[in-house]
Amino acid sequence: MTEAAAAPRSAASVSARARITAVPDGRGGTALPLLSGAGPVAPRRTRSADPAAARVTLVGAMSAPLSGDRLALEVRAEAGAALRVDGSAATLALPGRTAEPARYDVRLEVGEGGRLHWLPEQLVSVRGSRLRQHLRAEVARGGRLVVRDEQVLGRAGEEPGRLSSRLTVRYGGRPLFDQQLDLGPGAPGWDGGAVLGGHRAVGQLLLVGTEERDAGPLLARPLGESAVVTPLAGPALLVTAVAPDALRLRHVLDTALTFTSW
Amino acid sequence: MSGAAALLVLADGRFPAGGHAHSGGAEAAVRAGRVRSASDLAEFCRGRLHTAGLTAAALAAAAAAGHDPLVLDEAADARTPSPALRRTARRLGRQLMRAARATWPGPDLDALAAARPKGAHQPVVLGLAARSAGLGPLDAAQAAAYESISSPATAVVRLLSLDPLEATAVLARLAPAADEVARQAEAAAQGAVEELPAASAPLLEITAEQHAAWQVRLFAS
Repeated sequence: MTEAAAAPRSAASVSARARITAVPDGRGGTALPLLSGAGPVAPRRTRSADPAAARVTLVGAMSAPLSGDRLALEVRAEAGAALRVDGSAATLALPGRTAEPARYDVRLEVGEGGRLHWLPEQLVSVRGSRLRQHLRAEVARGGRLVVRDEQVLGRAGEEPGRLSSRLTVRYGGRPLFDQQLDLGPGAPGWDGGAVLGGHRAVGQLLLVGTEERDAGPLLARPLGESAVVTPLAGPALLVTAVAPDALRLRHVLDTALTFTSW
Repeated sequence: MSGAAALLVLADGRFPAGGHAHSGGAEAAVRAGRVRSASDLAEFCRGRLHTAGLTAAALAAAAAAGHDPLVLDEAADARTPSPALRRTARRLGRQLMRAARATWPGPDLDALAAARPKGAHQPVVLGLAARSAGLGPLDAAQAAAYESISSPATAVVRLLSLDPLEATAVLARLAPAADEVARQAEAAAQGAVEELPAASAPLLEITAEQHAAWQVRLFAS
């Protein structure tokens, strides 16, 4: 079940859209009535370790986005559904033949009693690339969402490209979290002591819909020297980490994944 | 702008709003060895200006433009994941509110003070104070943008025994960038609150909680 890429705006750019909808299957599990997409963002149903949840893996993400590409993904976990989305490989933002930045837009929606894990692999900003990424999530009251976002600035020993990203989350119709990062050559002060200070990987793990019984007492605490756990003003917990490289970043965020039993 | 002098009063480091007790994350950066010289300070300030500074300037401009301050206060919460930084922003907001109501009294300030007795986020109060003083959104943004770099620069003079002339030169060299950030903030304030900039600096977020837990420190944040 694929949806062909829409007409590209120029020979050098792709527009691709993928959509995933998860609903309860009525037998304690989760069905996927909509699973569409092709090209750089191809979702495939994969085996889930959790019998209540459906699992979808994004495959073929290795070669995109190129500058000028426009990728869009819509993921819905409807009321009572449980869905985990992960990736088969890191995504490389690559330079294209156009100076226009690539755009990657993700929309996540979680209904009441729904549960969505959005756990893609790292995004690597390759030298000369330009990417703007915006992830918007809308979580109904009583829904739960886990978002992992990892950005790696350049391949080993390489200058990064320019990577601008925004993560906007609403809970119960109200703003819960909104954060932008603008990193790489051309972003003022990005490598100074206020922003990355020489680190080449930055990431977050956001748990939305937390209650004390899930996450323990919601106290802010450092997680080593370069990471912190912070309860947001609303019902959510955020882990923010910087690290010298992707491996050490993942290590910190993996620790944090054990904060809930979701 | 109704009066440049009102803006100078509002942005003056001697305006009794408590800002002098805060380093804008510079104390933690100095302790971590990330700020050791005037050039480190310049990069620190440049990063802070274009992240936390832009976000604060946009909130201030939006408040000065007449957006609902309670909606802006909620937007500020969503843009401030660190509880330590939220506490700081509200404490500074409360102090600024007290000074502003004495200086430029008005019903908007009274209403926000009544709705947020423990303090609204400082940039929101700053914008409303500017409005009460007859200033416009660009003025409010200018004050917020400048403050985002003047706090760390002033603090680093004490923390590193940096030559004050060098610190002032850092600020002067960043002035065009601060003007540009204020213009961006003013432009953004003409749109919807949810589209306001949310630029953030990971190390400022991470070190704010560590700093708040120190037993001995020179600055409150």
